[in-house]
Amino acid sequence: MKIYDLIIIGAGPAGITASVYAARKQLDFLVISLDVGGQAAWSGEVENYTGYQFISGPELARKFEEHLRRYGTLLKENEEVRLLEKTGSRILVRTNQADYQARSVIIASGKKSRELGVAGEKEFKNRGLTYCATCDGPLFAGKVVAVVGGGNSALDAAWQLVRIAKHVYLLNNTAALGGDPVVRAKVEQSKNVTILNNVQMTAVLGERFVNRIRFSSPGQENELEVAGVFVEIGLVPNSDFAKGVDRNSQNEIIVDCHNRTNLEGVFAAGDVTNVPEKQIIIAAGEGSKALLSAFHYLAVNNFND
Amino acid sequence: MSKSVKVYSTSTCPWCIRVKQFLRDNNIEFQNLDVSGDQMAAEEMMAKSGQMGVPVIDIDGEIIVGFDQARIKTALGLA
Repeated sequence: MKIYDLIIIGAGPAGITASVYAARKQLDFLVISLDVGGQAAWSGEVENYTGYQFISGPELARKFEEHLRRYGTLLKENEEVRLLEKTGSRILVRTNQADYQARSVIIASGKKSRELGVAGEKEFKNRGLTYCATCDGPLFAGKVVAVVGGGNSALDAAWQLVRIAKHVYLLNNTAALGGDPVVRAKVEQSKNVTILNNVQMTAVLGERFVNRIRFSSPGQENELEVAGVFVEIGLVPNSDFAKGVDRNSQNEIIVDCHNRTNLEGVFAAGDVTNVPEKQIIIAAGEGSKALLSAFHYLAVNNFND
Repeated sequence: MSKSVKVYSTSTCPWCIRVKQFLRDNNIEFQNLDVSGDQMAAEEMMAKSGQMGVPVIDIDGEIIVGFDQARIKTALGLA
């Protein structure tokens, strides 16, 4: 089997930036990713990426992709990494389609939506229950919907939906909403929003599509008639495949300031890591750092096995 | 013979953008139906696919939910 210099797992801001640097260093490398653009592509509005005072998430993701493709980089899209394992100086990357080998790897696989873990969630996914207000919101025009969550992503979803839906119920499991005060105030002041604090979702119900939800509040069980459920309760890292790579209590891959993991030759960057802040621009910067570290690792080692 | 291709999408969904880009890159003509502004199209999509997620691609009656590149290629005879 061919041994690449480098495999980059993920094609969000971190992975794509690493790929641009890798192409310019003329490494023999491959990018494997389920999607292109990562979470950046799902963001509504981006106003803090230097150089763009305002750009939509999908548009920024498209620019990232153009930059990646410019170098003719080998991209395996729609492939999901199932296992990463290091033996000697070789690193095996197994996907749902094939096996690959490399001397170094950058894990930039990002995060995905956290699931509710309640009855009906799986059955009604895409049948009224969704994890992406940006994508599916417009389908709920004039309908009554519920947003589950109390942080920034829930507020962002609620703010998109108040302008589309007939009524928005915001179900938060803590005593008060968190998130950015500016967006919170906009949501709180909207006429067609009801905020329910201290509630716990228990079930999503319906027939062919969602028609109601069940939730508990202190001392009672409630039901509400809704056509849509938007789950916005945070994110979990895509790190389960990385065998032998140290993670923190949130399952984030632990990296040092050179983006090194505990395994030599395995680097990580962006939202999948324990880097303190999760931002598009930080992920991009981390991607470039990880590549420069990987390049250094390849340069100082003489592989001959 | 070119096939009849319909894409049910919303303007904001990244996977919809990818599907349309993929079809354009392969010189496939298609009809785009924006289900956010067109209730008829939204209902047609739900009836055909039995679900509400976008994108939905209809290739000569074969219904594909999501940007499933392998299935789209096969349905178009590109594979």
